[in-house]
Amino acid sequence: METFILVFKVLGFGDLCLYPASFEYYAPASLDEAIDLLNKHREEARVLAGGHSLIPMMKLRVLRPAYVIDLNRVKGLKYIEEKGGEIRIGALTTYYDVITSDIVKRRVPILAECASVVADPQVRNWGTIGGSLSHCDPSGDMGSSILALRAKMVAKGSSGERVIESDDWFVGSFQSALKTGEILREIVIPTPKPGSGGAYLKLERKAGDYAIAAVGVQVTLDGSGSCTYAGIGLTAVGPTNLRAKKAEQALVGRKVDDRVIEEAARAATEDCRPTDDPLRGSAEYKRAMVGVLTKRALNKALADAKRSR
Amino acid sequence: MLVNPRRITLRVNGLNHMVTVEPRESLLDVLRKQLGLTGAKKGCDMGSCGACTVMVDGKSRLSCLTLAVSVEGMDIVTVEGLSRGELDPLQEAFVRNDALQCGFCTPGQVMSAKFLLDIIPKPSVEEVKYYMSGNICRCGAYPKIIRAVLDAAGEVKRNG
Repeated sequence: METFILVFKVLGFGDLCLYPASFEYYAPASLDEAIDLLNKHREEARVLAGGHSLIPMMKLRVLRPAYVIDLNRVKGLKYIEEKGGEIRIGALTTYYDVITSDIVKRRVPILAECASVVADPQVRNWGTIGGSLSHCDPSGDMGSSILALRAKMVAKGSSGERVIESDDWFVGSFQSALKTGEILREIVIPTPKPGSGGAYLKLERKAGDYAIAAVGVQVTLDGSGSCTYAGIGLTAVGPTNLRAKKAEQALVGRKVDDRVIEEAARAATEDCRPTDDPLRGSAEYKRAMVGVLTKRALNKALADAKRSR
Repeated sequence: MLVNPRRITLRVNGLNHMVTVEPRESLLDVLRKQLGLTGAKKGCDMGSCGACTVMVDGKSRLSCLTLAVSVEGMDIVTVEGLSRGELDPLQEAFVRNDALQCGFCTPGQVMSAKFLLDIIPKPSVEEVKYYMSGNICRCGAYPKIIRAVLDAAGEVKRNG
């Protein structure tokens, strides 16, 4: 977001008053109604959830939707439940709900840790997990945890629902796998097995800022201490949230000791694809920080995994 | 000329107000310009500074990033709603501890502190810092703001 503000100021538009362009507003009562409206207005419409990303972009006139479809009157999109080896989270569930959920704390603490470092309390009170994932900001924190957990996204459109793997979700900067006319309805996370642990570590310039770099790690150890699952997601070091596949490969099937952790951290620095950021550090710095954060997050996640075995 | 005007009812500080707004108008602008409630301040108008913080349905929220039309029927409380004749104990603690210089950020600080004490009545220093992190004070009155919040919670002595 701040990149947009910077571009705006550089172009000399800094003094524009902060009003969005005019639009027509809808607050449908059901998801089907919202999807109908979205299919009627297509590219001219935008879906509003928490609004903490959409409204600033509209104020800066980066986006000028003619129609805004507010999902907040739609019932039944705000829940966290565990059933049949899966944790299901409704798209309108807020960061606050995620942080305070017993299911999340018990089963996927990485998600609570991640949600607790997003922006500031006011944003966490109202910002939604579905909004964040649909927005697809490469600096978004949630995306990396979703990649580390290999969650699935359930999208609903006029012709029904489809399930999208997290690996296929992050198409490009600010571009999710949602097609025009589709709305993200639910996030499905496979419940981690006993012996699992997770951590999300974020390096930021100041409280509430976007990450310089951040790393989400989810691991599972078997009875002998061998790693049977490793998921690593990277924030703000590529065109999208990235999965650190080489780093994951360095862990799976091995007994994880300090040497293996070093190897995985080094691999993560090769997995990431940072570019120089005028606000948050050079590519070289970001790459180095990915190594440091991966190592720290792995140590934390592994300690949790050993405790819960 | 209003574009796509809507007549909505906003429930603010316990009273219902009928207002005509454009969908693009922020809750902050409607509170300040139409209802004359100028407690919530317009600092950055982009969700960075926290000066516009109000409570919506019991949770602190940035009114500059909230469309007024989207909170119709919700329970909105501004800093004006905290004091009924006399100051809220939280406001008194800000006064007692001299927790401001220019005062521009104070209504937002107070609303964030209100939310914190609602969910954690006896916070630690670290919790105060964490839950107040969405409010910038450019005068740098942070040490006294933290002290005021702890004071309001009756935690000053324990936390030094």
